[in-house]
Amino acid sequence: MAGGFFDRSAIVAPPGWSRWLVPPAALAVHLAIGQAYAWSILKQGLMDAEGLSGTATALPFQLAIVMLGLSAAVFGTQVERRGPRWAMFVATVCFASGFLISALGIALGQFWLVVVGYGFVGGIGLGIGYISPVSTLMKWFADRPGMATGIAIMGFGGGALVAQPLSNGLLGAFGRTSGGVASTFLVMGIAYGVFMSLGWLLVRVPADDWRPPNAPAASEEKADDGPAVSASTALRTPQFWLLWVILCFNVTAGIGLLEKAEPLYREYFGQATTGQQLTAAVAAFVAILSLANMLGRFVWSSTSDVVGRKNIYRLYLGVGALLYVVILLLGNSNKVIFLVAALFILSFYGAGFATVPAYLKDLFGTYQVGAIHGRLLTAWSAAGVLGPLIVNSIVESQGPEGTGPSRYVVSFSIMIALLVIGFIANELIRPVDPKHSVADVERDRTATSEGASR
Amino acid sequence: MSHDASAARTSGGPSANRTVLTAIAWAWVGIPFLYGVYSLVLKIPALF
Repeated sequence: MAGGFFDRSAIVAPPGWSRWLVPPAALAVHLAIGQAYAWSILKQGLMDAEGLSGTATALPFQLAIVMLGLSAAVFGTQVERRGPRWAMFVATVCFASGFLISALGIALGQFWLVVVGYGFVGGIGLGIGYISPVSTLMKWFADRPGMATGIAIMGFGGGALVAQPLSNGLLGAFGRTSGGVASTFLVMGIAYGVFMSLGWLLVRVPADDWRPPNAPAASEEKADDGPAVSASTALRTPQFWLLWVILCFNVTAGIGLLEKAEPLYREYFGQATTGQQLTAAVAAFVAILSLANMLGRFVWSSTSDVVGRKNIYRLYLGVGALLYVVILLLGNSNKVIFLVAALFILSFYGAGFATVPAYLKDLFGTYQVGAIHGRLLTAWSAAGVLGPLIVNSIVESQGPEGTGPSRYVVSFSIMIALLVIGFIANELIRPVDPKHSVADVERDRTATSEGASR
Repeated sequence: MSHDASAARTSGGPSANRTVLTAIAWAWVGIPFLYGVYSLVLKIPALF
């Protein structure tokens, strides 16, 4: 195989390369693409400048999330074969181009270019970027895969925290006119292009004979020994679909709270606070949920390395369901308990994303874990539709007669049911039958063809 | 590859250049991230 700059063979780490250089490479990509969570700020800028409706300005984001799931699924195998530098470079080009195309569209008064640019092109960057470092991190940190993917995927959750002050600052400086919003998109495209470049310049894959520093001395196992199931075979196993249900329902339950965080807080505690205080408190509630979502990704995913993947999902799904029950039973009678319960639910939501690559690795091995992960992310796309649909349709169908916490009884009860189903699905997961693993000769052939060009 | 060579790969101390590179790489992602966290934490007292 010819070894070009972007080829996997060009980025095999030399002896002495620190594996702690890989998480910042992953974070450079994930912190950037996590900007998607802060779309609401650019959305408001577009509404102010172009006089567009909320529904129209939601389109680029919605398309981007759909493209995230689709491109992760479609390009997963390609990402696995070509390696993380190629994937991170493509993600950088697509994500930055999405902003630049959007800037052009706004400057020309052609909103459809924003939908195509940010939603379609940028969305492909989201999907490829999201899965790009996952299998590489798990090979470097085979001894702590949950922690490694937790760091990267925490970056995706934290991306909004970087994007919020950046977007607000640029819109404030350039103004909320067509020219100002176009300039904001232009600068963000260039800035994210530069920021993400650290990822594809820095990322390295471990050599075949590399071992984690803390590997047991007696063990002669390589980091990628164990199960080795191909992506196409994984799709034919019940374990994959059980995990799909778990991820979909765990995400749906989190979105159920996240989607309605602002009106939910107003419904629960709006009566006890005056207008300006309430606005500040609502902003604080949304902020603290973002923090819990982000920290949960690292803390719980790292904990899974100690307690095991199955046990940690018992916590996310079982305790998550109980916390929803607590919110239902207590209503607005105790604010502290409400806040604590909401924070843990959101931390479990984020952790569900962060821990699933390590769960996949446990079940299917690292052989094609990136490609399998890509296909599993279609569960996220489904949850992105399911969660808001359940909460919005039920809450809004109650009309003016439903007020306060009672408006959320039905939708939260559905969330509890989904989490219980997810809990049962987790209980049904068993190790994958070794007959599904590729033959050792195929595994060795893959490793040799990668190594031959070094 | 021998066990010793393999061990050198895993436990050999990074060169000064690599230490600097590691520091720059973590600062590159850490500074904007921490600034974002700081901006967010400032909002939280309004909740209580």
